[in-house]
Amino acid sequence: MIENILNIIGIENYIFLTVLLFCIGVFGVLYRRNAIIVFMSIEIMLNAVNLLFVAFSTYHQDAEGQVFVFFSMAVAAAEVAVGLAILVSVFRNLGSIDIDNLKNLKG
Amino acid sequence: MSPVLITFYFLAAFTLATAFLTIYSKNPIHSAIYLVLCMVSIMGHYLLLNAQFVAIVQLIVYAGAIMVLMLFTIMLMNLNKEDEVHKPRITRLGAIVVFILMSIVLITIFINSKTIMGEYDSSGEDFQSIKVLGKVLLNEYMVPFEFASILLLVAMIGTVLLTKKEKDQK
Repeated sequence: MIENILNIIGIENYIFLTVLLFCIGVFGVLYRRNAIIVFMSIEIMLNAVNLLFVAFSTYHQDAEGQVFVFFSMAVAAAEVAVGLAILVSVFRNLGSIDIDNLKNLKG
Repeated sequence: MSPVLITFYFLAAFTLATAFLTIYSKNPIHSAIYLVLCMVSIMGHYLLLNAQFVAIVQLIVYAGAIMVLMLFTIMLMNLNKEDEVHKPRITRLGAIVVFILMSIVLITIFINSKTIMGEYDSSGEDFQSIKVLGKVLLNEYMVPFEFASILLLVAMIGTVLLTKKEKDQK
């Protein structure tokens, strides 16, 4: 019988890791102008939440947290595909993907 | 210190460092490579928690499909050069302040919620092998599972429509 992993590591270490990872993602969204890097930051945030889901799924010994992670990954894949397609068409119209150039709606 | 704890701290430091380098490096290609490393280290965390199904899906979907898509887009737009202008100084300062304040607030919240969560005890039953997950996914979550396939189909059609060139305008 293997000793369970959360007895050794502790759930609070996972919480601190995911909180820091999520904050790094928020920081990236606010800090960078390149739209692709903003996308990567969103992926980092999604991954942080997924990691917390799996940690708590182990904590409560319930498989449904991991099922939710599966759905979240499907949504993330669809989001990345559509988002990158939008970026490609923005690049065709403007010639760059700097998000500070996207202010036509402001007038 | 047990070897599992050392592995966890090493993986956590690696995850945070690669996530930070993703945002910090100027070249988008380097960012994408660091993000792949970050995803693979998160897969290491899943393996540490013994969640095999999620670990394999993470490797295939994130480190494989999504990152190849991103790298392909970066190369398609010819962005592998370092000519990005920085945001104004006040915006960057604001981003750093938001990062620090948000980390402090969230960590304080979770430290104080320790009493609510209670203690962890393992009953030793099997709850996260691929067999159990498949039964849960195809019994209770059958309808959302089918909706996920419809979502992916709609995303595929939308992508093709968005990137199609409009011929009659030229």
